[in-house]
Amino acid sequence: MSDLTDLTLAEARDGLRAKQFSAVELTRAHVQAMEQARALNAYVLETPEKALAMAAASDARIAAGEAGPLEGLPVGVKDLFCTEGVRTTACSRILGEFIPGYESTVTAKLWADGAVMLGKLSNDEFAMGSSNETSCFGPVISPWRRDGSDAAIVPGGSSGGSSAAVAAKLCLAATATDTGGSIRQPAAYTGTVGIKPTYGRCSRWGIIAYASSLDQAGPIARTVQDAAIMLKSMTGLDLKDTTSFDAPVPDFEAAVKRGVKGLTIGIPKEYRAPGMSAEIDALWERGAQWLRDAGANVVEVSLPHTQYALAAYYIIAPAEASSNLARYDGVRYGVRVDGKDIASMYENTRAAGFGREVKRRIMTGTYVLSAGYYDAYYVRAQKVRALIKRDFDAAFANGVDAILTPTTPSAAFGLGEKIAADPVEMYLSDIFTVTVNLAGLPGISVPAGLDAQGLPLGLQLIGKPFDEETLFAAGEVIEQAAGRFAPAASWWR
Amino acid sequence: MSVDATTVRRIAHLSRIAVSDADVPHLEDELNSILAFVEQLGQIDVSGVEPLTSAMAMTMRLRADEVTDGGYAAKVVANAPVSEDNFFLVPKVVE
Repeated sequence: MSDLTDLTLAEARDGLRAKQFSAVELTRAHVQAMEQARALNAYVLETPEKALAMAAASDARIAAGEAGPLEGLPVGVKDLFCTEGVRTTACSRILGEFIPGYESTVTAKLWADGAVMLGKLSNDEFAMGSSNETSCFGPVISPWRRDGSDAAIVPGGSSGGSSAAVAAKLCLAATATDTGGSIRQPAAYTGTVGIKPTYGRCSRWGIIAYASSLDQAGPIARTVQDAAIMLKSMTGLDLKDTTSFDAPVPDFEAAVKRGVKGLTIGIPKEYRAPGMSAEIDALWERGAQWLRDAGANVVEVSLPHTQYALAAYYIIAPAEASSNLARYDGVRYGVRVDGKDIASMYENTRAAGFGREVKRRIMTGTYVLSAGYYDAYYVRAQKVRALIKRDFDAAFANGVDAILTPTTPSAAFGLGEKIAADPVEMYLSDIFTVTVNLAGLPGISVPAGLDAQGLPLGLQLIGKPFDEETLFAAGEVIEQAAGRFAPAASWWR
Repeated sequence: MSVDATTVRRIAHLSRIAVSDADVPHLEDELNSILAFVEQLGQIDVSGVEPLTSAMAMTMRLRADEVTDGGYAAKVVANAPVSEDNFFLVPKVVE
């Protein structure tokens, strides 16, 4: 039998159903792959015993004819999801050895559907970053390398542990979260598929909060079909999250083969930013052509306020973060650093516990919310956010079914190349993805090609609210035309 | 708008983050870089635009005002750095 880690999630599911192998065998293969890949630093906590126990329980359910939709399928979990009894840190020192007494709704749904947990995956500290270099466990290394080079490449962020693990076949799929592009950008950087569903699709309950009006969970997987299977199990109304939306959960997998015949795909002219590389431009045009060839009508659309999205994001997200992260005060969980009084205890704890990027965002957020600046920064950004959403509403009202853009302005950069520079440099890698969070829309990144140095590039499709099905259908057309992409060699073993 | 060293210290205190003298200059530079970047929002005419506070228009769900969870204080304080008799302990606040 070929290596079980080479299977897609759908193939593994079908193989388990056909009893070609057991869930324990499948899990053991992934545990071994995980243990051999420590050079990538993708997992911050491996839970092999738990995985094998869950797999054994899955085998019993399969034998009893009670298999769930994800029965026996080993997945990784971003360390932003609280997992009951299993250390959860958001990759921040401030949470120390925090052991949640509860399970996030999204992961609880995965386990209820039979999935097996392999361990917790790294992310940028509190999901603040675009390269996974701000994790307190150290950077994650992408399984990808430039042609003829062994220089370390970033896996993207903040879900860099998830993207690296999926690309390196250290799990069949992984959970991730996306506040400004943290699912789609790492997916694009690693040749994987990532979808951020509509705001409200996935419950945020039990997911460590960064910016609550933007945060959404979603999967990273190796194929569009696998992402659809995962998303179906992750979504649904949850009364524990007041922003969880009461909408029916469609059969996303059934939408994958629907095709795009007769659909109208918009190309936003403002995304063709001056200075965009010819390579990205050509990729984008190729993607549009694939959709045309499959029967879609491709039209130009205008999203005039999209150019301001990143600036609005870097006010709104830090503002919400400064409020959300106020809870880390050395009292209820995590580390405490004593001081001469309670205020200095808070200050010392937070100085020692938060990393540099997190402090920068908390302070930015505190500033834009402070007296005298609130209207000039925060309220203005919220108004710009309304205008950005209005642009999308107008495009969809004109009959556009989905919008095609590049996912990122370039392929992944090298480790250390941007982290030391001006923070705004790093922020620019999310320029095509943040608009989607501000407007609350669903967005998917699908691998579409390689750059001149052999690194993967992705295309993004943006959909109407609660119309992830069209994204899966159009994403599948791109996947079929572009093919799948995997790192050339398993150099990390 | 830009921040100076005094403002950086004030924001740090409001954020309850201790900063050393050595931290102030680079924090000042970084915050000013971010503020310069977001300055472009000033170019947009936002007159008559209502701020967007919710990504998806939704009505907040209400439920009956009753206890639906709880009764496990030991579990709640389990991760506290210092606790006693199921209470969180903090340095003395009131003399």
